[in-house]
Amino acid sequence: MTCILVGLDGSAAGERALAHAKALSRLIGDCELALAFVIDWSPYSFHTPEELAERHKRREREIDQARDYILAPAAKALEAEGFKVSTEVRHGDPAELLEAMAKAKGAEQIVIGRVGERGLRERIFGGVTGKLVAAATVPVTIIP
Amino acid sequence: MRLIPIVSGALALMAAAGAAMAQEAGSFDAKVNDIFASSTGWFVNLIFAPLPGTGGFPWIVVWLVSGAAIFTIYFRFIQFRAFGHAISLVKGDYSDPNDAGEVSHFQALATALSGTVGLGNIAGVAVAVGIGGPGATFWMIIAGLMGMASKFTECTLGVKYRNEYPDGTVSGGPMYYMTKGFKERGVGGGRFMAILFSIFCIGGSFGGGNMFQANQAHAQLVNVMGGPGSFLDGKGWITGIILAAIVFAVIIGGIKSIANVTEKVVPLMGVMYVGAALIVLIMNADKIGWAFGQIFEGAFTGLGVAGGMAGALIQGFRRAAFSNEAGVGSAAIAHSAVRTKEPVTEGTVSLLEPFIDTVVICTMTALVISISGALVIDPETGLYVVENGVIQTVNGVSGVELTSVAFAQGLSWFPYVLALAVLLFAFSTMISWSYYGLKAWTYLFGEGKTKELVYKLLFCFFVVVGAAAQLGAVIDFSDAMIFAMAVVNIIALYVLLPIAGREVRSYYDRLKSGQIRKFVAAE
Repeated sequence: MTCILVGLDGSAAGERALAHAKALSRLIGDCELALAFVIDWSPYSFHTPEELAERHKRREREIDQARDYILAPAAKALEAEGFKVSTEVRHGDPAELLEAMAKAKGAEQIVIGRVGERGLRERIFGGVTGKLVAAATVPVTIIP
Repeated sequence: MRLIPIVSGALALMAAAGAAMAQEAGSFDAKVNDIFASSTGWFVNLIFAPLPGTGGFPWIVVWLVSGAAIFTIYFRFIQFRAFGHAISLVKGDYSDPNDAGEVSHFQALATALSGTVGLGNIAGVAVAVGIGGPGATFWMIIAGLMGMASKFTECTLGVKYRNEYPDGTVSGGPMYYMTKGFKERGVGGGRFMAILFSIFCIGGSFGGGNMFQANQAHAQLVNVMGGPGSFLDGKGWITGIILAAIVFAVIIGGIKSIANVTEKVVPLMGVMYVGAALIVLIMNADKIGWAFGQIFEGAFTGLGVAGGMAGALIQGFRRAAFSNEAGVGSAAIAHSAVRTKEPVTEGTVSLLEPFIDTVVICTMTALVISISGALVIDPETGLYVVENGVIQTVNGVSGVELTSVAFAQGLSWFPYVLALAVLLFAFSTMISWSYYGLKAWTYLFGEGKTKELVYKLLFCFFVVVGAAAQLGAVIDFSDAMIFAMAVVNIIALYVLLPIAGREVRSYYDRLKSGQIRKFVAAE
């Protein structure tokens, strides 16, 4: 079975990426949609002691929110339409993780929106999409 | 980071400079000072009492250094054996990728460092070198290296006995290894020691971790803005209120962005500071050999400083012990949030802390001062010119100003960067200590929004007091509090040494046998 990895982040661009992946999936026929949500996080960032003490709690909350508000509703809607769906939430560098998840899933393609939640910064520095395009080992489709 | 000599030095300086303002404000300060001195002086004297027959060596420094030496021997020079492994852990080689999003070793170390790297590294070292000469540097490095073993021990135990609450938050520190660890060993008195430690920790958090920082930040601001007579001179309350407002915004308002900015800028400042020091050293490359000669010769002869070799040694040991807080117990609170199943990994990471703080940053300051020629040498004898126990300096400066002058000889713009660094270091140290104090407070009084708010408000109040007043006695007392923490903490470490030893042996055996291995990126 074919697999397409779709990067979601709760933004409108993510929604458009998903719509495009759906269209592709219909054309392919036997195709799984792997919905990926990456929470941007670096082990080399700096925090106050109080934030560190609460880190575990916050991490759980971040994962729950991504799952409950973004991934689960999207998966439910897709399944209702008859698509085969899987979901995954991870913390880390979005570009690196999307690539790693595509590899692990054996995905043929990655579909993501051009401008994510981070907006302006992303437009200026290229951000996730630029880095992903430069490093990906599978085709990447970027949705404007 | 906290220190008696620099406080008294700076206060003397400020008192001389701001004689005019002392008229009004002085009477209030003096009153508070008197009340404090008469009621707490005995405690300060007790903590900093000289050990008989050592020529003025405070027993508390002997206590810290001998503790460090014992831990060094007990763990067979772990600070050298595990140094490479510590770096590997910080890089995340041994972190499970599935734990991404949890507190990493790097984050725990960086946060703990921003609490210890502070004024002591800049101003304190200047005081030490100003009294003990370049030779003090040698002893400072030795003490810093030994202190790594103390940190290793306390942070291993801090993680092992931390509390993990059902809501996912963690709380750790000496109070928890005192109660839980003592129980495990079947030794009594754990609860009593934990209470004692908490009281000292709260005192230390208001004083050395707060008032002293605010006080020195203000002094440096006045210095940069034109010294005596400038706008801020004698108006410490302005600095105090602004600082307190920012601290308030962070610890009570929960405004993360300010803290996040500082936590990002502080490491940058640290790197810049070391970078600037390196530039000054490179510019004076021809004198580096000479400076090291001075350091080694001074370490064993004193090169004319008061007390000779012992004088250099006392100053060096003192500075190291005061700067990196090894054995004080604060690091055990800071490091305990890390995500790990192996307490020894965090202990191993924590031994980098005294290394960076003392062996790298303090040494840089000392080298720059030595090489700058700011310390006056008698050309006839080659010895330092000493007056009233202090080496004469080019413009008669001391403390943070001596550091400033020394750097300015190479980089004229540096005093401004230094002022900013002092402010930021002071602020990040305050944020860290507000957390240490809060942990001790909640240990004593229990968790709860109102109880925590009371502590945090008190903390902000002391920021203003610290910046506004010249309360030498209050600051002496809070310094004494921080070292009183070490008295209780090191006793606990001795009691729990066998438990830490068992953990360490088990971990390093498994590391050697390959049972614990690096996570390799899945290819």
